[in-house]
Amino acid sequence: MSSRSITVTINGEAVTREVEDRTLLVHFVREDAALTGTHIGCDTTSCGACTVLLEGVAVKSCTAFAVQAHGKSVETIEGMADADGTLHPLQEGFWEKHGLQCGYCTPGMIMSAKHLLEKNPNPTEEEIRWGISGNLCRCTGYNKIVEAIQYAAEKINSQSAENVGRNEDEAAAQQEVTP
Amino acid sequence: MIPGSFTYHAPTTMDDALALLGSLGEDAKILAGGQSLIPAMRFRLAVPEHLIDIGGLEGLDYLREEGGFLCIGAMTRESALDDSPLVQQRYPLLADTARVIADPLVRNLATVGGNIAHADPANDHPATMLAYGATVIARGPRGERTIAIDDFFTDLFENALADDEILTEVRIPQPHGQPGAGDGGAYLKIERKVGDYAISAVAVNLRVSAGIVTHARIGLTNVSPVPLRATGAEQALIGKAPSDEVFEAAGQAAAGECDPSPDLRGSVAYKRDLTRVLTKRAVGKAVERATSPEAQAGGAA
Ligand SMILES: Cc1cc2nc3c(=O)[nH]c(=O)nc-3n(C[C@H](O)[C@H](O)[C@H](O)COP(=O)(O)OP(=O)(O)OC[C@H]3O[C@@H](n4cnc5c(N)ncnc54)[C@H](O)[C@@H]3O)c2cc1C
Ligand code: FES
Ligand code: FES
Repeated sequence: MSSRSITVTINGEAVTREVEDRTLLVHFVREDAALTGTHIGCDTTSCGACTVLLEGVAVKSCTAFAVQAHGKSVETIEGMADADGTLHPLQEGFWEKHGLQCGYCTPGMIMSAKHLLEKNPNPTEEEIRWGISGNLCRCTGYNKIVEAIQYAAEKINSQSAENVGRNEDEAAAQQEVTP
Repeated sequence: MIPGSFTYHAPTTMDDALALLGSLGEDAKILAGGQSLIPAMRFRLAVPEHLIDIGGLEGLDYLREEGGFLCIGAMTRESALDDSPLVQQRYPLLADTARVIADPLVRNLATVGGNIAHADPANDHPATMLAYGATVIARGPRGERTIAIDDFFTDLFENALADDEILTEVRIPQPHGQPGAGDGGAYLKIERKVGDYAISAVAVNLRVSAGIVTHARIGLTNVSPVPLRATGAEQALIGKAPSDEVFEAAGQAAAGECDPSPDLRGSVAYKRDLTRVLTKRAVGKAVERATSPEAQAGGAA
């Protein structure tokens, strides 16, 4: 039995543990890092309930070894809300648009959607459906999930537009005071 | 399920990787994207004693046109093909294929090299590379060699690589001229649901010159024990002016020369007929793309 010590930065915090080489990343996240928001829904790499971001890219954590993540960053559902509990726009979207019923697929859906919106901030409905096609939901019929992601996209875009606006206002104010 | 025990190796140079492969021999397997190997290990269909992860090797992840070829580094992820304007604009067959391989999450890790090296007749790249007449580049202790794709797939899950060789690159001949100037390709696949392996799929790459099909290569997915080139279907096209009758003749030839097994995806008769229909449609689409600059890849398959 071969094992080694690995360090993975999960949601910004370094987690160092001794693991067997054959430990799957999803078991490392759930059992070693005790972050059980990431789910396991199948044995066949089919469902996407285990989706996390590895170096910013959405992957099925049941189909990667923990040792492959050594020295890398992982983001899970637990890292989405702010420290003060403010929900991420995607979480807010799933809340507002009823994007979940049992909730089993939700963490994976949200992590997939996060990567999707980072690559494509203004996806069409078709692109959203295509983007989450690696994540299965047995409850919602997907329509509400699509609406939740559309809600989040709009919110993220209006927030960044506001930020641009604010920065421009601040820059203009600076200009006025400096002679 | 959890895979059996193994020892993990993460070399950072090609020389170290080759040395490890040489010393561990057939007890070792290369780990690329892991999207075929890890599922197989979880079912204990594969129980390697050593895994050599080539994810840490520099310079195996690229897409570039060079010397008349599109060169694809072995560790190029499927998602990189999806995102590449070069592939989307100039390699319609490859663009069609990349977007129907597995699902976006699997494609984020799965590699082009792994898809070919796995030599799974259910995988989509083998047919595509057969249709392109691609060349595989392998590195071993004795240096580099090239393997024609026609010689690469030797049996079910078996390829022409030696135990101590690493597939480093796949080369696809560049099309002649701009889209619509004579070269065209298409990949059509029918699967049970998004993300599934094909029931049947057909890869076509051809050239139309002065109204005649002058070159055609066709590969078939998941309708034979070894990835199959449909040479009969190719012969039904070459030297002919494109027409529905010619496309139908190619479809019938492909249906005759494939060798499907009955399984949950369908009966032999169904798979043969599906192969006929898909061949006919894929050839038609490839001809359209070869002759019209507007009819290129992208959009719905
Ligand atoms: C749910 C699911 C659905 C899928 N659906 C499809 C589909 O529809 N179509 C499709 O084509 N594929 C599909 N796949 C397979 C996926 O595309 C695989 O990732 C791919 O076949 C293998 O690539 P990999 O990089 O993951 O290779 P790995 O799994 O890492 O390796 C596969 C094999 O190739 C060998 N190998 C890998 N790279 C090299 C190399 N550079 N040199 C020598 N040997 C090497 C390995 O030793 C291993 O034996 C699916 C996978 C999953 C999990
Ligand atoms: S647990 Fe189902 S895909 Fe990972
Ligand atoms: S909400 Fe139940 S599986 Fe998606």
